[in-house]
Amino acid sequence: MHDAPADTTTPDGLDAHLVVERGTFRLDVALSVAPGEVVALLGPNGAGKTTALRALAGLTALTEGRLRLDGTALERTAPESRPVGVVFQDYLLFPHLTALDNVAFGPRCQGATKAEARARAAEWLDRLGLADHAGAKPRKLSGGQAQRVALARALATHPRLLLLDEPLAALDARTRLEVRAQLRRHLAEFEAVAVLVTHDPLDAMVLADRLVVVEDGRVVQEGTPSDIARHPRTDYIAQLVGLNLYRGEADGHSVRLDTGPAITTTEVLSGPVFVAFPPSAVTLYRDRPTGASARNLWRCEVAGLETHGDQIRADLAGELPLAADLTTVAAAELELHPGAEVWATVKATQTHAYPV
Amino acid sequence: MTLPSDKSGAATDTLRGGPRRRRVRTGGIGGGGRGAPLPLLVPALIGVAFLVVPLIALLVRAPWRSLPELLTSAEVWQALQLSLVCATAATAVSLVIGVPLAWLLARVEFPGRGLVRALVTLPLVLPPVVGGVALLMALGRNGIVGRSLDSWFGITLPFTTAGVVVAEAFVAMPFLVISVEGTLRAADPRFEEAAATLGASRFTAFRRVTLPLIAPGIAAGAVLAWARALGEFGATITFAGNFPGRTQTMPLAVYLALQSDPEAAIALSLVLLAVSVAVLAGLRDRWMTAG
Repeated sequence: MHDAPADTTTPDGLDAHLVVERGTFRLDVALSVAPGEVVALLGPNGAGKTTALRALAGLTALTEGRLRLDGTALERTAPESRPVGVVFQDYLLFPHLTALDNVAFGPRCQGATKAEARARAAEWLDRLGLADHAGAKPRKLSGGQAQRVALARALATHPRLLLLDEPLAALDARTRLEVRAQLRRHLAEFEAVAVLVTHDPLDAMVLADRLVVVEDGRVVQEGTPSDIARHPRTDYIAQLVGLNLYRGEADGHSVRLDTGPAITTTEVLSGPVFVAFPPSAVTLYRDRPTGASARNLWRCEVAGLETHGDQIRADLAGELPLAADLTTVAAAELELHPGAEVWATVKATQTHAYPV
Repeated sequence: MTLPSDKSGAATDTLRGGPRRRRVRTGGIGGGGRGAPLPLLVPALIGVAFLVVPLIALLVRAPWRSLPELLTSAEVWQALQLSLVCATAATAVSLVIGVPLAWLLARVEFPGRGLVRALVTLPLVLPPVVGGVALLMALGRNGIVGRSLDSWFGITLPFTTAGVVVAEAFVAMPFLVISVEGTLRAADPRFEEAAATLGASRFTAFRRVTLPLIAPGIAAGAVLAWARALGEFGATITFAGNFPGRTQTMPLAVYLALQSDPEAAIALSLVLLAVSVAVLAGLRDRWMTAG
């Protein structure tokens, strides 16, 4: 794992402050990435991730801000002159060229002779395990193969900044698993800066050393995958990592939520804090439990139910809106149905509080 | 991939074929059901006859026996040769100028783009004779551009073979521009972006990526322009005159022959008809399948 560079004057790597205004939308994202580091821009659709990627590639002009790569200012450099490689979401392999000529396209544009460019392309295809498909046109390639050709094409220009736009989104579930593992290996070998954009938290956590969560054009949280998974700071991230998240004022073991109710935690804190607990930590009862070992006890109404694998995810409304996971058997015994009244408890030891 | 799509294709064909056949039959016999109503059917049939009967008449009245003799005469060959050379040259000129023009209209935002597009396509609807007169005013010996061409370079276009090419290109190029621009608009501009991220300049991206992708559209536009140039009459006779061997193309020869030797005119017309049918057959895949 790499540490985020604390010093933005570091000559190597990416140092960018991207500001793009388009109508009422404003993207304002600062990004520093060290060579060898893989950073994922994670965010919901429409958050501005792809705009950020296009701005890095030079395909969308910056309204203001800066963009430095290995110490060189690139704000005004045309896309074809930037040492940047892009793997597009739907790959955009040139349909009239073979896999080999697709990969040779970049070296050729950089001034290599046809023979040199093809030799280099063949090397890259070989490295990505595609030597057998060098002569194939893109439409003859499977999704996973096309993805690797696109990666080879981007890497063949020896970019100092590799950009990947939703690299796995176009693949079906099974291919995705396999390609994700391969891509992780190739990214780990890549010595320069890699930035990928995704809305899939799993892709982001598997592929990236560091996540930058973007919502509505701004960075809302930044950190290692495990840090973000444990300490979500927005509802969007909490949902992504599957946690119930609340914000409140801590006073010792008790956190008074902004919305009214209090949650008892094991941590001793004071001031504004987040409290998070997984849906599996919630226990549901039809009648108010008498033992009441759990002090965190709330009366809720079932707002919705959905199946999650062999679990049932109950969406509960009430003084504390929360998600609870229970087995199908338990759901049947409780006679859960939308509108049903239940009591929900969470043990203090299952909660996790951390300062805002 | 191909197997299921083939199967579904066959399925829709049978689906489509069934009801359609039945519909025509009920329309033909009873006039009831879901057949074509008479107020539409009658004009439609008249329309077919109107377009087809003259062509049949041409075939019926063709002097088939003397045809070989008529078509091998030196004059016919001269006119045909000149027509083919000029139409091909006009198409080449249209390609060299028209494809970049179409790219500009499709890919570059500039003020007045709509106006430029309208002006460029004006020759499509302009009476060709007017085009010929306009060309004379521009490129004639006393034209606003032609005067300089004449005095500086000694180039005179009117009433020369080059003038035929100019007149034909003026009329035919808009067909190519419209066709190529449409293809460009349908093509994904992100391929050009992908090329740019790989280090290709805009021109390299155009040459190595865009051009191959839109080649079918260019070919169709070129065939259309060529056919239009081959049949050009008004602008040619106005701007280039009617000199056998120099500016007398097939359409001019047909018109002239009709006054002196109608049989020869019919024979020449047959040749042009045959060329048109060949062009249509060539474009079949592109336009006829839409129906």
